Amino acid sequence: MTVGFIMLCHTALDRAAQVARHLAERGCPVVIHVDRRTRRRPVHRLHEMLKGVPDIRFCRRHHCEWGGWGLVAATQTAAELMLKEFPQVRHVMLASGSCLPLRPVAELVDYLDARPHTDFIESVTTTDVGWTVGGLDEERFTLRFPFSWRKQRRLFDVYVKLQRHLGFHRNIPDGVIPHLGSQWWCLTRRTLSAILESPSRPEHDRYFRKVWIPDESYFQTLVRLYSDQVESRSLTLSKFDFQGKPHIFYDDHLQLLRRSDCFIARKIWPHAERLYATFLSDDIGGQPRAEPNPGKIDRLFAKAVERRTRGRPGLYMQSRFPGSGWEPSRTCSAYSVFEGFADVFENFDTWLGRAAGMRVHGHLFAADRAHFAGGETVYSGALSDGAGLRDRNPAAFLSSLIWNTRGERQCFLFGPRDVQTVSEIVAADVNAHVSVISGAWSIPLFKANLNFAEIRREAARLQKIELAHLDMLRRPQSKARVRVWTLAEFIENPMEPLQTIVDEISPRSLRRLTEVPRMTDLTGFGQFLQNLRNQGMQPVLMGDFPVGADGQPGDSRRGRPYLVR
Amino acid sequence: MFRSYRLRLIRRRWRFRAWRKGRELRPLMSRVQSIRHHDILAFAVLRNERIRLPYFLDYYRKLGVNHFLIVDNDSTDGSREWLAQQPDVSLWHTEASYKRARFGMDWLNGLLRRYGHGHWTLTVDPDEFFVYPFCDTRPLRALTDWLDSSAIRSFSAMLLDMYPKGPIDGEAYREGQDPFEIASWFDSGNYQIARDKIYGNLWIQGGPRARHFFQDAPARAPALNKIPLVKWHRNYVFASSTHMLLPRGLNLVYDEQGGEKASGCLLHAKFLDTFPAKAEEEMDRRQHYAASHEYRAYREGLSRQPELWCKWSEKYINWRQLEILGLMSKGNWA
Repeated sequence: MTVGFIMLCHTALDRAAQVARHLAERGCPVVIHVDRRTRRRPVHRLHEMLKGVPDIRFCRRHHCEWGGWGLVAATQTAAELMLKEFPQVRHVMLASGSCLPLRPVAELVDYLDARPHTDFIESVTTTDVGWTVGGLDEERFTLRFPFSWRKQRRLFDVYVKLQRHLGFHRNIPDGVIPHLGSQWWCLTRRTLSAILESPSRPEHDRYFRKVWIPDESYFQTLVRLYSDQVESRSLTLSKFDFQGKPHIFYDDHLQLLRRSDCFIARKIWPHAERLYATFLSDDIGGQPRAEPNPGKIDRLFAKAVERRTRGRPGLYMQSRFPGSGWEPSRTCSAYSVFEGFADVFENFDTWLGRAAGMRVHGHLFAADRAHFAGGETVYSGALSDGAGLRDRNPAAFLSSLIWNTRGERQCFLFGPRDVQTVSEIVAADVNAHVSVISGAWSIPLFKANLNFAEIRREAARLQKIELAHLDMLRRPQSKARVRVWTLAEFIENPMEPLQTIVDEISPRSLRRLTEVPRMTDLTGFGQFLQNLRNQGMQPVLMGDFPVGADGQPGDSRRGRPYLVR
Repeated sequence: MFRSYRLRLIRRRWRFRAWRKGRELRPLMSRVQSIRHHDILAFAVLRNERIRLPYFLDYYRKLGVNHFLIVDNDSTDGSREWLAQQPDVSLWHTEASYKRARFGMDWLNGLLRRYGHGHWTLTVDPDEFFVYPFCDTRPLRALTDWLDSSAIRSFSAMLLDMYPKGPIDGEAYREGQDPFEIASWFDSGNYQIARDKIYGNLWIQGGPRARHFFQDAPARAPALNKIPLVKWHRNYVFASSTHMLLPRGLNLVYDEQGGEKASGCLLHAKFLDTFPAKAEEEMDRRQHYAASHEYRAYREGLSRQPELWCKWSEKYINWRQLEILGLMSKGNWA
């Protein structure tokens, strides 16, 4: 007993001939169907190439439009010929011209001999979730499809919509329960002849003639009527991408295909010399026989589909440029923004770098240039510190920085003296963790040696900027994680916020802070704020500072690094 | 509606220009009869590139380009004579102005219209080397077959400027040598992208040129977005260099919903020891983009600081490296 192959071909007939000869010479009869639309000359060549090979037949040719009835008609014709001409065939396998056997044919024959009554055909009911890729499920069986999906897409869509709207649907013949599945099957003579010789075949054919893509449903549905031993899987390894077209195998898939232990693979690139040479040679056997295991290939292709549909979040490049609203974030991983901390503490960035074990940038959006950690002028990914380049596209600057340093959390300082264009992007970014000590920008003014009128003007300007910035962060659309302390609040109890921040950026360290940064001297700051008020400028962002006092609660803490328990 | 009509007019204008400028071309060696139905064609304009040519042709022959259609803009270094001897090159010659042919694009549009129709066409400069996913194991034909089966008509390849470590003229380039043995470094992550509202393409700027020469005039930094591989139709035109095409649909080589489409890179071997002399010459000819602003900036920039390399530069290994860095993508090609 043996297995016969039905081969549906339309292009790359040379390869089809090569495979057909390989199969026929090893005792498997082959019936070849060539698409009616294929030109005469290559078909003639195919006949020439296979002249004299026993057990190869050519069947009557049908027009095989994609998704049309022609493919089923072709299969029927070929199957009838196969059953009639080759009585030694017990299983019939449907293959295409771009299929390639991955294991010696004898192994397939043995495998099927051990399961003489099993029909291998993927067959799932339409109510099961998502077998099809981006197509119709149930409606394939209940609507009419007179228009070609490929060539008359608009008419196709309109007509489907119209039928839905009118509530039209066709009656499914009695006893038929729609099933779908891969069109590459392997059926027993018993089942196949039952389907083809059934008295209700004319009725079935009439019905399926108008179903959409009947080659994925005709045999898959009818097999349920005539077979009592359906193994719902295909022996042909065939993977589809997100548009529903088959993935193609190339020479570099050789090891992957070899290890998959599948019997037949589809679809092979016709110029994959090495694949054809390897798998059509006789010394391919020798490995232990295992059940087909396409897991690895599945994963490879699943990854490819995911890359095409979801991509790498936070990456902006020539072929991935999500429009606004398609992504919750312009960056690929979490980062922290500190506002006001460098004004309250001396050397805050070096302290934070030490405490959290990372490099902390200065003001990346300073007006003069980007102050990268360690005073570098170029940073990871050859990102330049030039203000002109940065300000031309601050969003790109930020995305690039976070992308270039993926795996290492970025922290940088920000404040009302910086270029503000980036703040909208930060506010809309779920990856941004923003910690603000509001009003801290006034400390440098307090220390500055300037005319008071100038200080007052500058203070008013900075306050306005920071107010706008905080508004932005607090908008309902804002996605950033924001913490705001007023200056007074923060100075009251600086340890708790600092601990939270360090825990957040290096969660694994789990240690208490042993060293705090040196807080700047704020003696007289309360009076300074009062002076501003007296000049008619109302400072609102610093919180309630005790007027007249030196503004330094817990005087003993000042100016000295101290230990916490 | 109005806009698409206007773009149609623009496309007509470029086609007309291509026809008019096409009359400046004189065929020197035409082997176009040997082009077969499924051949992949390469198109290029060049001037005085003799030393680069052997490697250039070799590289693309190995990828699977079947025929080269080249316009020689009055070379004086023997490029023309050498090219005329190559069995797979068709050669045209012109003495007319490169600048007034829209930097050679009018000439190429004309040739593409006449000979490119129905073919996969690769439009590159002699210092651009096309890299695409799996280019080490799959020929160009595998890519174009896959694009055909996916109904994709155009394929993006960003220009990636390559430079040597040390001064640009530190090591001499020998004829036939792989230029990336010398210029093997690149910037991996300083590119900015913006979308063109009218043509729909992306404008990419950045890399070592922006970092070095255009710090203060970032808007004038050269564009790096390119769409060199197109299944040509006689109605298509390149609108501005190979940066963008008309009709607009050809420029949609990127995904806007978060996915990645397949894309490649054009490795740019501009910064070799041949560059300073070239910059000098082009400055005199004033035949380049934006009144040779670019070359002037190079000349000034390079005399100040002749090294493009920095400690964050990345050394080129293969296409997989570029894909991991996020400069190109396999998309759903696996």
